[in-house]
Amino acid sequence: MAAREALARVLDGLRPLALEPEEKSTVELVLAEVLNNIVEHAYPDPNNPGPIHVACRHACEGLHLHVRDAGLAMPGGQAPLGLAQVVETDVDDLPEGGFGWFLIRDLAKDLSYRRVGCENHLDLRLAVALHS
Amino acid sequence: MEVSAKTEDRFCVVSVLHERIDAAAALEFKEAMRQTTADAPGVVILDLHRVDFIDSSGLGAIVATMKHLTPQRALVLAGLTPAVEKVFKLTRMDSVFSVFGTLDAALTAHRA
Repeated sequence: MAAREALARVLDGLRPLALEPEEKSTVELVLAEVLNNIVEHAYPDPNNPGPIHVACRHACEGLHLHVRDAGLAMPGGQAPLGLAQVVETDVDDLPEGGFGWFLIRDLAKDLSYRRVGCENHLDLRLAVALHS
Repeated sequence: MEVSAKTEDRFCVVSVLHERIDAAAALEFKEAMRQTTADAPGVVILDLHRVDFIDSSGLGAIVATMKHLTPQRALVLAGLTPAVEKVFKLTRMDSVFSVFGTLDAALTAHRA
């Protein structure tokens, strides 16, 4: 629920960019997946939450997002590959999860993850608001 | 998670009245769907026209609902808004479901 509120605040802050609905949905989806992953995996204990910092910077090649948290590191020190899920299968075997990183990797450019001290730093670029 | 349901002979329409099926709402959505479709006929049409955002958790909850209904009943999707359709297209889940652009189109197809 905190992720939902944070998302609404970021989108509100991006209003001056006058994003097209399609662009807004891209930003909302990618950021939602990033925040959900942090809430679920970096801070897995609901009784021990922590801060998430989100910074956005608009440049001619799009919107740069920097997301930082002080939770657990990503497994193997790397952001997941986010391979596409197999959907050509029996209904019973259809995946119910694992779409998050696929969507992030599919929609974001120049994604990089670094563990710095006790913090996770995720940088990515979204090719939106290229008009101004 | 508020949903409304209307049942005809061969199908029922479940309309999601909430604007988001996201990580915070996914469990509630699954539970609401289980309860609402407990006595549903062979086809369940999920009317999503009021939903303007789903994330991967919401998508997973819709897939889980379909798996729960199968094999006795089929889940059909109707009225996907652009942001919702995008998630289905990107993940290729649009190839797994019967998808109708509008609720009317789904009703027409299933009354025929």
